[in-house]
Amino acid sequence: MQISPDQVIVWSWGPLAVSATIVYTWIVMAVLVLGSCLATRTVSETMRPGRWQNLLEVLVSGMREQIRDVSQHDPGPYLPFVGTLFLFIAASNALAIVPGFTPPTGSLSTTVALALCVFVAVPLYGVIEHGLGGYLAAYLRPNPFMLPFNIIGEISRTVALAVRLYGNVMSGTVIVAILLSIVPFFFPVVMQLLGLLTGLIQAYIFAVLAMVYIASATRTHH
Amino acid sequence: MDNVGLIGAVSIITAGLTIAIGSIAPALGEARAAAQALASIAQQPDEANTITRTLFVSLAMIESTAIYCFVVAMILIFANPFWNRFVATVAER
Repeated sequence: MQISPDQVIVWSWGPLAVSATIVYTWIVMAVLVLGSCLATRTVSETMRPGRWQNLLEVLVSGMREQIRDVSQHDPGPYLPFVGTLFLFIAASNALAIVPGFTPPTGSLSTTVALALCVFVAVPLYGVIEHGLGGYLAAYLRPNPFMLPFNIIGEISRTVALAVRLYGNVMSGTVIVAILLSIVPFFFPVVMQLLGLLTGLIQAYIFAVLAMVYIASATRTHH
Repeated sequence: MDNVGLIGAVSIITAGLTIAIGSIAPALGEARAAAQALASIAQQPDEANTITRTLFVSLAMIESTAIYCFVVAMILIFANPFWNRFVATVAER
């Protein structure tokens, strides 16, 4: 049984191999980009926006509110990064109900890539906020003996971020596949519904945790 | 028992033990967290939004230990590196 879409090679040319993960990732990206393009084509500032514009406005204002709640800051600089993470993970997990679609987040390589984005973004936001010296000084808090533990914590939370998302999405697909061979028809649908719920919660959690890490790097120390 | 049978048996038993033992502690921890959060919401219904959000985040962090065990069990059953290497060496002979 395949536990990861990485092992399915769709197309290969010499050393270049395009796995199913890449294809599904591009499908999610295309859905997101085309959907937003079509929805924002007729943006109006009247009191009655179109239904697609309404949907996007609800999404964006909801994300801004959540970011403001978590970081106690103006959400402006964080929205592009954290919002993109949330939308990508939520879209790929929600598309899992389409037959034949395997969510790209069910592959360890995708989730590691997303976690590495967070790993890079946290010091970036921290340096922008406090300057290089101010950010690096945070590693010596509360005292210099904590330096190795701070570094280990930085790495282990990145690994945890990647494995958590991968494990949750992969367990959903594997459980549905196993149930399909034991009790077909009704029960797999229930588990798929549960997978839809955990998929959206995991997308939310990934984004909130990324925001929490960024907020802890940009917080002002007194 | 030959090597193939030994690797298979040990992998399957270990996978079962991994998920069985590894899910005990996260279950207890999640139960405590959820019970405490429900009590807090009952005491302060105004803060329900903040409490729920924090609860979800902490549940996810507690749950990740169980998820690690699950991933290890899945690797042992479906993508066991020792099994794969042994089968490959047998096939070469």
